Amino acid sequence: MAKNPVWTQEIILGAVVQSFVKLHPKTQFRNFVMFCVFLCSLGLTGVVLVSAVQRNISAFECNTALWLWFTVLFANFSEALSEGRGRAQAESLRKTRTQGVARIIQEADIGCATPHVTHKSSAELVVGDLALCESGDLIPGDGEVIWGIAAIDESAITGESAPVIRESGGDRSAVTGGTRVSSDRIIVRITQAPGDSFVDRMIKLVEGASRQRTPNEIALSILLVGLTIVFIAVIGTLPIFFGYAATESHLGSHLSFAMLASLLVCLIPTTIGGLLSAIGISGMDRLIQRNVIAKSGKAVEAAGDVDVLLLDKTGTITLGNRMASRIVAGSPESESQLTRAAYLSSASDDTPEGRSIVVLLKNSKGKEVLTLNSEAGDALKFVPFSARTRMSGADAGGSEYRKGAVDAVRTWVESKGGKVSAGLLQLADQMASQGSTPLLVAQDNQALGVIELKDIVKGGIRERFAQLRKMGIRTVMITGDNPKTAAAIAAEAGVDDFIAEATPEMKLERIRKEQKEGHLVAMIGDGTNDAPALAQADVGIAMNTGTQAAREAGNMVDLESNPTKLIDVVEIGKQLLMTRGSLTTFSIANDVAKYFAILPALFITLYPLNPEDARSGVLGALDIMKLSSPESAILSAVIFNALIIVALIPLALKGVKLISASADVVLRRNVWIYGFGGIIAPFVGIKAIDIIIGSFLGGAL
Amino acid sequence: MPWSSPYVLTNWIELAVFFVLLITLAPLLARWLIASIKPSASEASCFASLGVDLKTEMNWKQYSLALLFIHLIGAGFLFLLLLTQGSLPLNPMHIPGMSWDLALNTAVSFVTNTNWQAYSGESQLSYLSQMLGLGVQNFLSAAVGIAVAFALARSLAREKTSELGNFWFDLWRVTTRFLLPMAALFAVFLISQGVVQSFDPYVTAKTIEGTDQVIPLGPAASQVAIKQLGTNGGGFFGVNSAHPFENPTPLSNFLQLLAILLIPAAIPLVFGRMSGHQRHGRMLFGVMLGLFTATLAGSLYFENMANMEGKEVRFGVFDSALWSSVTTVASNGSVNAMHDSLMPGTGGLAMFNMQLGEIVFGGTGSGLYGMVLFAVLTVFLCGLMVGRTPEYLGKKIGGREVIATSIGILLPSLLILGFTALACVVPAALAARTNSGPHGFSEILYAFTSGAANNGSAFGGLSVNSVFYNVTLSIAMVLGRFGVILPVLFIAGSFAKQKTIPPSAGTLSSTSVTFALLLVGVILIVGALTFIPALTLGPIVEHLLLPTGKKF
Repeated sequence: MAKNPVWTQEIILGAVVQSFVKLHPKTQFRNFVMFCVFLCSLGLTGVVLVSAVQRNISAFECNTALWLWFTVLFANFSEALSEGRGRAQAESLRKTRTQGVARIIQEADIGCATPHVTHKSSAELVVGDLALCESGDLIPGDGEVIWGIAAIDESAITGESAPVIRESGGDRSAVTGGTRVSSDRIIVRITQAPGDSFVDRMIKLVEGASRQRTPNEIALSILLVGLTIVFIAVIGTLPIFFGYAATESHLGSHLSFAMLASLLVCLIPTTIGGLLSAIGISGMDRLIQRNVIAKSGKAVEAAGDVDVLLLDKTGTITLGNRMASRIVAGSPESESQLTRAAYLSSASDDTPEGRSIVVLLKNSKGKEVLTLNSEAGDALKFVPFSARTRMSGADAGGSEYRKGAVDAVRTWVESKGGKVSAGLLQLADQMASQGSTPLLVAQDNQALGVIELKDIVKGGIRERFAQLRKMGIRTVMITGDNPKTAAAIAAEAGVDDFIAEATPEMKLERIRKEQKEGHLVAMIGDGTNDAPALAQADVGIAMNTGTQAAREAGNMVDLESNPTKLIDVVEIGKQLLMTRGSLTTFSIANDVAKYFAILPALFITLYPLNPEDARSGVLGALDIMKLSSPESAILSAVIFNALIIVALIPLALKGVKLISASADVVLRRNVWIYGFGGIIAPFVGIKAIDIIIGSFLGGAL
Repeated sequence: MPWSSPYVLTNWIELAVFFVLLITLAPLLARWLIASIKPSASEASCFASLGVDLKTEMNWKQYSLALLFIHLIGAGFLFLLLLTQGSLPLNPMHIPGMSWDLALNTAVSFVTNTNWQAYSGESQLSYLSQMLGLGVQNFLSAAVGIAVAFALARSLAREKTSELGNFWFDLWRVTTRFLLPMAALFAVFLISQGVVQSFDPYVTAKTIEGTDQVIPLGPAASQVAIKQLGTNGGGFFGVNSAHPFENPTPLSNFLQLLAILLIPAAIPLVFGRMSGHQRHGRMLFGVMLGLFTATLAGSLYFENMANMEGKEVRFGVFDSALWSSVTTVASNGSVNAMHDSLMPGTGGLAMFNMQLGEIVFGGTGSGLYGMVLFAVLTVFLCGLMVGRTPEYLGKKIGGREVIATSIGILLPSLLILGFTALACVVPAALAARTNSGPHGFSEILYAFTSGAANNGSAFGGLSVNSVFYNVTLSIAMVLGRFGVILPVLFIAGSFAKQKTIPPSAGTLSSTSVTFALLLVGVILIVGALTFIPALTLGPIVEHLLLPTGKKF
């Protein structure tokens, strides 16, 4: 899914078609604001048709009707476009759901080399079935690995081509239907009935089929309905007020339907009304772009409100692995021997720790290492780490070089008749108390020195937390480390608080405490024991590699299983709300200019200063834009109103620019752009359109 | 100001003193008001023995029901009193009972704190009706508004409860410990200035021209005091505070002006202290003061054209313009000049003040809760722009709150537009105008604006004592009152139930200058978008026609 289709011609063409399909009254009725525009368009079309029959057709009415329809179509288009991308994604997901045949085995045959296998279509699976999957098989449905270990290619849903390991027991047991086993063999217990699988739910979500309006979207819609009703009252009473004034001016004129419909459509908040659902859908879409699937739009919205983040230390704050940061010799004389021993014992060690030792040595003692490299050559025999010895190293030139946990290496040295000096042991203790892991390095019966492995805080994470703090979000680090270690890392990373020696219960308790104080909490987790906390958190993101229980409990799933995502999710939530607010403000601010364009045009005949001139009404003085004619003024406003929807579609889909700053700074910025901009823009736009209309259609109107 | 300006230095000094007094006295009054609702056990047990429960707190529904009950009883009693006053005591001038529609209109008008006057006090009300009927409602309707503001403030100070306070306790204490003592003090002062306070029949005097002149008397001072303090505005005499017995001296004029704004100006501060958001309360006060200053500046600018027609010579143009602003920003509605005779711009501003929803100081309590609705609306729009679910003083604004806010803000507007349109097509209603053209339209628009906004000031010029106007205005007044109070209490109920979200750097500040400016912006834009077309066809046309000398 990382390889998302961007704006292909196909999506755009599809959206154009959908814009017309969505003209169905039932679809229109769902959005009150646009339904009003729809009714105005229908009504005016009726008027035009009647006048066509009477051979009394007016170019003004035709043009207005046309642009009212465009307004409806543009709004439909924005929605269709945002849905289109989701639909394209759903299409690619659906392909993974090809009907396969599952090989079902019996409970008794688990672990048996040649189990009795029955065949069943994957569409007929029931919860509890045991499916045997071997290298090359598609996993028939969502489930849990209950036996074996396998590498799984999940690129169909994550877009990530590197296979991931799934094994029975532990926190990496969940498998998703439609992914492919790329090595080994596993037995999967099916936990979701077909049709309700993860992929099925994803399809529904990205297609928008199961999209429910979120609480804030509903609240905003209500406000828009309220505003629309007021404007209906304003426009509804206007013909009467106009009639009064016309009578008093001794005129027989009245306001035409085209004029009233134009004014109504211009005043009601069509900009936000037309773009509202596109904003919501594209918010979900932006999450999907980052490989996060939200189970509901509500969770996305809640993410914007989150003010406490519970972050796991490992993988989020620190690089997942410990890295060598320092190498200290037991005595000055043994220094070069230590370098040699450390290098040889790590040169073939492929673990991140081993590699980090080589990097450290190359950086600090480059020349020495270079000669060692050629010396090591083929004679080196690597001894890998084992859980029993808790050491790794190499044999070369008749010597044994080892590095490993202090007590393990100490035992090994002592078994060879050597002794570890008290100074070295003390140094190791000191490192441990600061939160680092000491590795003792030895050559045969000689303990040479200690390598310090340290948690490395991710680059840039401190700045990121500072930005979050500016936005009013507190970060809490969760770690299994002892309090001293935790405090050291917390200080280095710049988190606001930490929980050391954390257990899943403590996470849950902390979430409850924060919530009780009125905070909204987001967390990310993967294990089964994280499930209660994930469920309790306002925004719980489960990692896709996690257990089925965790995936069920969270309200979002991160397909890439990258804990840093939590921060992205919060930002997307904020951006979603910001986009809605900014466009609403823009939409309402636009009305000021529209009044100045349309009212003088409507009232130009009233209270004439010169009885000979029908267009000498005293209210002509309000025409501060000096538009070319009343008809052109009204049409320009209608055209502006329609075009602004199209112009803002990219903004609705991308979201307004997010800046990390305090609420007041963000507010001022958005008010300037969308509030004041919203007042000014239509003055410029309407005048420009009026000039264009004047030069093209001047005579016709 | 051009050299021909009618304004003189003393006018500006008066204005400065007015502002200084308003700003310094409001916090003092706020303290008094808060002190007046300190519970006392002995009082509670005393009432308990009478079967009245002043202690048990009410939820929003119970509070609303109690409030509706007192309005219903009050209106019913007043209606009957006005119908039958002819055969009741304290009626030295033998004034007959009112017609049903006038009695209805008057009863509704006084219980809703509108105090629209389709009658003339000296010719249509007995002393008993004035005192027992209108006087009582002058106190109660003001106290009810303050009680609702209390309930709203409590809802923001509390969390996870449905309790908003006890309505009877609030009503009782505000009336007896706050409004009554203040009104008594002010009445004594007014008597010292020459406002009449008498139960004698009217006096007939011979004028120098040899004709008879009836000089009406009555217990006016006690009525005038609460009329101003409680933002009621219903005059004892028909011409209200333009009458020399109601407003005899420049000093009485000045202090009456101050009395109109004092309590409404103290309420935002009370709200701030009670809700635990003092700075927000001060911010609301500042916004009100700013809008008032702007509208006053506008009125003074328009009246600078020095038109004396319809203005009381004793006070002059300056005081008339000042009064017209004060009385329409606050939902008072008393007048010391006929608004019909204001310049079109001033008249338009007076209308616009009311159309904003009577929130610039507004009525006692009602101005505050109306303003809070706008603050909620502003928070909703701006809160979204900072990327959070909007919250007002730590309470989330969801769909239910938005529905209630929209009704509270928009219903009065619908009433104004709807009834004005109705009057424009009913021949009898049109015939009540004394002017044609845009001015006639203004007369109608002003009447319904005043009714729906519960202001009660009259433009004059429109003969409103007819079944059509009495009934339509009654409906406008009732819906304009409860269409705001009930949504406000609903919101209070919902706020009290929510837990309070602690503020963070990501929370929209509800005390900043930015927020205050946005609030002003939202108020003006909502008001303008709703009423610009109507105002265009009334005062704006009239203003534009002024220099042309054309009449329609």
